[in-house]
Amino acid sequence: MSPSVAELLLQRLEREAAGPGAGLCSLETAAALGLDHQTLVGAVKSLQALGEVIEAEARATRRWELSPEGVEVLRDGSPEVRLFRSLPAEGLPQSDAMKLPGGSVGFSKAMANKWLRLEKGAPGGPRVVRAVAEVQDGVQESLQQVQRGEAENLPERERTDLKRRKLLLEVTLKSYWIRKGSAFSTAVARQETELTPEMIATGSWQQRPFKPYNFSALGLPPACGHLHPLLKVRSQLRQIFLEMGFTEMPTNNFVESSFWNFDALFQPQQHPARDQHDTFFLQDPAKAPELPAGYTAKVKKVHSQGGYGSQGYKYEWRLEEARRNLLRTHTTSTSARMLYQLARQEKFSPVKYFSIDRVFRNESLDATHLAEFHQVEGVVADRGLTLGHLMGILRQFFTKLGITQLRFKPAYNPYTEPSMEVFSYHEGLKKWVEVGNSGVFRPELLLPMGLPENVSVIAWGLSLERPTMIKYGINNIRELVGHRVNLQMVYDSPLCRLDA
Amino acid sequence: MPTVSVKRDLLFQALGRTYTDEEFNELCFEFGLELDEITSEKDIISKEKGEEKAKGASDTILYKIDVPANRYDLLCLEGLVRGLQVFKERINLPRYEKIIPPQGEGQRLIITEETVHVRPHAVAAVLRNITFTKERYDSFIDLQEKLHQNICRRRALVAIGTHDLDTISGPFTFTAKAPSEIKFKPLNQSQEYTASQIMDLYRTDSHLRHYLHLIENKPLYPVIYDSNGVVLSMPPIINGDHTKISINTRNVFIECTGTDITKAKIVLDIIVTMFSEYCEKPFSVEAAEVVYPNGKTIIYPELAYRKEKVKSDHINKKIGISETPSSLAKLLTRMCLKSHVIGNGNNIEIEIPPTRADIMHACDIVEDAAIAYGYNNIQMTIPKTYTIANQLPLNKLTELLRLDLAAAGFTEALTFALCSQEDVADKLGMDISATKAVRIANPKTAEFQVARTTLLPGLLKTIAANRKMPLPLKLFEISDIVVKDPNTDVGARNYRHFCAVYYNKSPGFEIIHGLLDRVMQLLEVPPNEENGYTIKATEGSAFFPGRCAEIFAKGQSVGKLGVLHPDVITKFELTMPCSALEINIEPFL
Repeated sequence: MSPSVAELLLQRLEREAAGPGAGLCSLETAAALGLDHQTLVGAVKSLQALGEVIEAEARATRRWELSPEGVEVLRDGSPEVRLFRSLPAEGLPQSDAMKLPGGSVGFSKAMANKWLRLEKGAPGGPRVVRAVAEVQDGVQESLQQVQRGEAENLPERERTDLKRRKLLLEVTLKSYWIRKGSAFSTAVARQETELTPEMIATGSWQQRPFKPYNFSALGLPPACGHLHPLLKVRSQLRQIFLEMGFTEMPTNNFVESSFWNFDALFQPQQHPARDQHDTFFLQDPAKAPELPAGYTAKVKKVHSQGGYGSQGYKYEWRLEEARRNLLRTHTTSTSARMLYQLARQEKFSPVKYFSIDRVFRNESLDATHLAEFHQVEGVVADRGLTLGHLMGILRQFFTKLGITQLRFKPAYNPYTEPSMEVFSYHEGLKKWVEVGNSGVFRPELLLPMGLPENVSVIAWGLSLERPTMIKYGINNIRELVGHRVNLQMVYDSPLCRLDA
Repeated sequence: MPTVSVKRDLLFQALGRTYTDEEFNELCFEFGLELDEITSEKDIISKEKGEEKAKGASDTILYKIDVPANRYDLLCLEGLVRGLQVFKERINLPRYEKIIPPQGEGQRLIITEETVHVRPHAVAAVLRNITFTKERYDSFIDLQEKLHQNICRRRALVAIGTHDLDTISGPFTFTAKAPSEIKFKPLNQSQEYTASQIMDLYRTDSHLRHYLHLIENKPLYPVIYDSNGVVLSMPPIINGDHTKISINTRNVFIECTGTDITKAKIVLDIIVTMFSEYCEKPFSVEAAEVVYPNGKTIIYPELAYRKEKVKSDHINKKIGISETPSSLAKLLTRMCLKSHVIGNGNNIEIEIPPTRADIMHACDIVEDAAIAYGYNNIQMTIPKTYTIANQLPLNKLTELLRLDLAAAGFTEALTFALCSQEDVADKLGMDISATKAVRIANPKTAEFQVARTTLLPGLLKTIAANRKMPLPLKLFEISDIVVKDPNTDVGARNYRHFCAVYYNKSPGFEIIHGLLDRVMQLLEVPPNEENGYTIKATEGSAFFPGRCAEIFAKGQSVGKLGVLHPDVITKFELTMPCSALEINIEPFL
């Protein structure tokens, strides 16, 4: 194996005497070794990486070189001289003179040097004639001097002039001044970059030095897929409900009848939420073909006449209005279906239900509102549940979400009584913000279904988007949900650890 | 939730003390109100129309207070103050008194049968010897507007008219006439118009135009006359100018007409209970007679006090507290529900005043007891309800698949369930009728015309919005699509779909095909014809000819995969080749 460039360099350095001013110029060394300068610089860098073997000081060297045009002038003479010499003694019309070697550049330079004269009154137009007998090609001589490496001897003005004529180029060369380092040795072996199967097999890794890694650089990102941040939060919330013993409700029905969405929940038919401005009604299929007959009659009665200890709303309840199909405005419509099924069981058994799914509102859109969002809902049905139980469950649930400071505000929901809004103290905003809504389902809702009188149903709900936006610091909901999502945000989103 | 705007200083004066903003906010929170905003007229105008226009506007501090939607008795300063003062036990709830004038001296409103098809109900009452001030008058007008917007459902259910009784003479007639036969000078106008002209006049009115549709297409319009033929009002549009009230008005005739008699009675009760405070004999209301077409006469306002009996045990058990009956009675009394212990000491008798139409059931009484007790004073407990949790099998499968799809290098998208008809049909080269799409009747924009029938458009739009991202883009979504289905109780159903797209400089069919193989492997469906899955060449309008296959598994077609048609790519504003896969995952449950 022939010695490496690094080894050659070390050998040369070894011969250098010590003392101030000692050392090697990388440019000269490369020339002496017959190497490309960059190759030598590579060796310098690899030696530097070893520590104190060598010292290398970066230097910038300025050098003058001929441009391609300069090389031409060096060979053929300057344009002005070439023009002057090709001009016949009797001269030529100006237009013909311009076609001579040297061309217009040569003409204007020769005119500026007063080597030529223009006879304007000559017959057949202006005529160019020589004004002097002989000329000297100073430009060519200067370039010859540069070519000999004596550019520094030229007057500054002349160099600038040649540079302006694009005949000379000023080149900055980066080079190194190399000296022995404190740990200088010629016995530096070539460093290995990586461990190879061969080294492992032969055990040669034990003898070889390895090039150090740059630990301050980032690694290569893995090629991988990513989960959507909102759905990561959904997974965590599902997990929380499952940890708390809640069973998942089948909410995979976006189309719902007004009956299950409103009437069954004791929401009167003139309620503002049933307005065109708030709810998406369907054109096709416009009406639900089927409502549960006996139960529907009971719902009609409790709305229009009351009963079960209630005054009712006392209005004319219309079946046609209840059959109007819509896109569900809350998942509570599914809770109503589940409670109705529960009531039809032979014997009541306590249940805990949850769901997280899409709901739809015909609202005006802005940075925090979309026409569809995800509702998180929890429902518990058992005998003898109290408002204190609801608050206890809410505390458990929100603690698992990482929200520990809670307080409760009286509120109004058409289908719960008592109702309470859940507020939590927001450290960032320094105020109490609403984080959910909750309540005890009204008897007018439960008793027509046929649930036993001593059964209470407590429930709460919140949106999935709001805690997600807070968790991931997203201000515009459109960047989170829907096709205008920023995929980079999806790629970069961290794990969802709600209580961390 | 309605918002009531009151002058802070006026509020504090009426409450007999001042509060800091924080203190008042706390009081609201405890009572179930929300101090939504602290502002001034100047602030409001400045925000809406710019600072220039706000010059000279009042900078009196206003509190904007959110009131629960069923508490009509809190929709004005008078009601708010009364509610809070009773809550803080600074005053006793006043008793509202109905004064029935001697036979033949009271006001009468006669309903004719023509009203039956347009606005069949009317109720009326008189506020006698009232003293208005500028503030009281403004509050009176404001309350009517708040009631109109809320319980009256933008005047559809009930419309309120208030008149200076001294300018008219009864009996009054509530009838309905052809628009051309009704002629009067509407409120604040300078000349007379026929009803038809009035409708034209208000067609561009920013406020009134919203009510025109309520009667516009009816052959007869409702109208109220006095005994001399003076028009009081043409409900639910406008009053006559003749009977206009001012701060100098002493006797107010109130009529409420509507399509819902229950709500009309509530509205009348609220107006008279709130403003009888300013009558010479406070909290007294002069009754009026309403004569129905069948000759039946009813005296209004109802001002009914209803009694309910609730066991104190019941209240304690529902809330989770253990208060004595007398203490519960005291709590309820603080909520304007005058209560006392009766019988053997365990029952509480509660009197529901005419202002509290929201109390329909014992559960409403329980809530008021809980509010007065203080929600945040209730001991939190964990219910002993023992249950075993179950996941919905479809969601369980979805969760498992999502993780493995991300592990396969695809990124999860979350797109809208609603889209334009164009997205699911035209852009995919299909006719909308072939999609069985569920159509929305009242979309505000084209983005919400139908529920999606396929996940593909959402993924393609996601790519279009992320064209600056490095290629390839590999996206997937597992979510529901919706189609009409006459066999379900609502006529439509969801299907859980899985869709994936690969977008790069070359179509990468083999990558999408490989993903299908991987998914089938995960689902333990082998690649064979007997009991596994196969793909067979087919054509699909969204796919490039010869580059589309149908996927068969579990004995049925479950979806398609292939290279998208260049027309589809262009229509979704994309420029690169793209292959896609979409299947229904429900057969794999």
